[in-house]
Amino acid sequence: MVKLAEWRGKEVFRKYGIPLPRGRVARSAEEAESLTRKGEVPLPCVVKAQVLAGGRGKGGAVRFANSPEEARAAAAAILGLSFKDETVKEVLVEEKLPIAKEFYLSVALDRALRLPILIVSARGGVEIESVDDGQIVRQPIDPFPGLSGYQKRRTAEVLGLVGGAAKALDRLLDGLWRLFTAEDAELVEINPLAIVGDALVALDAKVIIEDDAAFRHPEYAEIRDDRTPLEEIAREKEIAFVQLDGNIGVIANGAGLTMATLDVLKEFGGSPGVFLDLGGTDDPKKVTEAFLLMAQAKPKAVFLNIFGGVTRCDTVANGLVAAMGQVSPSDRFPIVARIRGNNEKEGIDILRAAGVTSNPSLKESAQAAVALAKESS
Amino acid sequence: MTVLVDRDTRVVVQGITGHQGTVHARQMKAFGTQVVAGVTPGKGGDEVEGVRVYDSVREAVDRTKANASCIFVPAPWAKDALVEAVDAGIRLCTIVTEHIPFHDMLVMYHYAKAKGTRIIGPNCPGIASPGKAKVGIIPNLVFRPGRVGVISRSGTLTYEIVAGIKDHGLGQSTCIGLGGDPVVGTSFVDALPLFETDPETDLVVLVGEIGGTAEEDAADFLRHHFTKPVVAYIAGRSAPEGKRMGHAGAIITRGKGTAATKVAALEAAGARVARFPYEIPELVAELLAKEGRR
Repeated sequence: MVKLAEWRGKEVFRKYGIPLPRGRVARSAEEAESLTRKGEVPLPCVVKAQVLAGGRGKGGAVRFANSPEEARAAAAAILGLSFKDETVKEVLVEEKLPIAKEFYLSVALDRALRLPILIVSARGGVEIESVDDGQIVRQPIDPFPGLSGYQKRRTAEVLGLVGGAAKALDRLLDGLWRLFTAEDAELVEINPLAIVGDALVALDAKVIIEDDAAFRHPEYAEIRDDRTPLEEIAREKEIAFVQLDGNIGVIANGAGLTMATLDVLKEFGGSPGVFLDLGGTDDPKKVTEAFLLMAQAKPKAVFLNIFGGVTRCDTVANGLVAAMGQVSPSDRFPIVARIRGNNEKEGIDILRAAGVTSNPSLKESAQAAVALAKESS
Repeated sequence: MTVLVDRDTRVVVQGITGHQGTVHARQMKAFGTQVVAGVTPGKGGDEVEGVRVYDSVREAVDRTKANASCIFVPAPWAKDALVEAVDAGIRLCTIVTEHIPFHDMLVMYHYAKAKGTRIIGPNCPGIASPGKAKVGIIPNLVFRPGRVGVISRSGTLTYEIVAGIKDHGLGQSTCIGLGGDPVVGTSFVDALPLFETDPETDLVVLVGEIGGTAEEDAADFLRHHFTKPVVAYIAGRSAPEGKRMGHAGAIITRGKGTAATKVAALEAAGARVARFPYEIPELVAELLAKEGRR
């Protein structure tokens, strides 16, 4: 998934006519000062760290300013701050508005209903998890009729909006729904949605775009998530690769089998350091790349657990042997292999020729991997 | 009819001329499935693995009386392929294709449902009943005819578990891999009633994963509407706290979705929960013995 920083989310909001405070992004304290001095952002203003984590207000990553000098000082205090493992490189400088009330509004997917769901609460500006269930209204939206008039009227009722504000809400909800579908969003969240006079303004923006729809949204391709450099390389090669804290590398195919493998390793006192899911690939080159990537993560031992379906066992074995030839002796790691399924015999023979034995027992293989990792640490 | 497929199942493979389509058309035939047609627009008249290719599903159905579809069409065109199958009157579609945007799948699911078509998947291994038919990609070597039903959200883990049942000297009635995508055509709750009424199934193995609430919903169903013994397994008990899908996700699933909540719900509903895949066959054998079925 691609999580958009607040300012990017707000750019998307603008495209769909969702009203926003006037604001600009600054990447230095000087820039924040000059934006306010030139009047591009009116004073008083708020300076907000552009990080993906929540809870910025409590963490000192949101500050107020009444003058260009104060805007500069606020930006200087926030930029470079380390906030929940993210370093702040950008701030959003926005006009501070006289807020009458704050609401919560989002559209997300309800997997159980297999429908998008509009979530509304008159209690905004706080973490929605802390709001009592009785104060949250959920309305499923069928994709065929889309968001209906009665659902928008119900939302206005829940928020206690009438007249001009209710009309503004109607337009805003239409924009929110169009955004959710047209941008292939997983989540669109406005918290808080503020009422300012008779107008509604989105004070924050959380937008998450679905990865699988990337083929029709090239505009999001450049946005980097919170991945490690190796995870980033893996993404480019379309290999699922996640770094954890332990020292055993796991190469498996399929998310379920990968998770089951981690569960068994942990049971026997092992500590998975990297897991790499080959998914369904029939390309030995991709397998080789995956092993080379694993070598870069420097595991103490690797547990290869494959059930050949779309990914055939001989493809994996050939990929592994090719990779072993390319890894320098100092970077080699002991391998425990367990390969089963399509072309199992061919795969086992290829591995045996390369000095790797495949053990059909999951339990024994996991125990062997744990022992090897302990030996070589 | 056992569960959804039987000897009268006649499969059309959409995307048969692609690499995966060709490989799995061959495997389905080797399983004993009647693969009666392939569809790839523009390639009508070709032949793949001894199967005639048509330009449209309508034509394939008219000529061959195909009544089930297995879709391998790449994600950007998968929605079109599904709608085409539904409009041609196909009432069972397995979608193997992965990476279909869930916004497309929402439309596909609700369209198919309105027209009376069941979808299995997407991004799934499909369905197979040993000795009868297979519509999907589960490797043939894991099967042996028997009386254990398997319903799983995983892919390869399904193979692992189905093979474990066979290695233990047991066999399967029907196995369904539902797929683990955010929106699936058939969920545990949709599949369980089919096994409850299936005279060929004595026990069901339910394989779940962390995330979502499908297992909790299944537990709720088991408690009220299911009489056969159930062995369950949840993958991901040791997985690190995942990157959460924002706050809205958290309040949709409120207090559900972890391995612990799923295991607790299933146990409370009377299922025996295996901690590891290799415990499953033993639990299955134990419960069948208790029922006097073995």
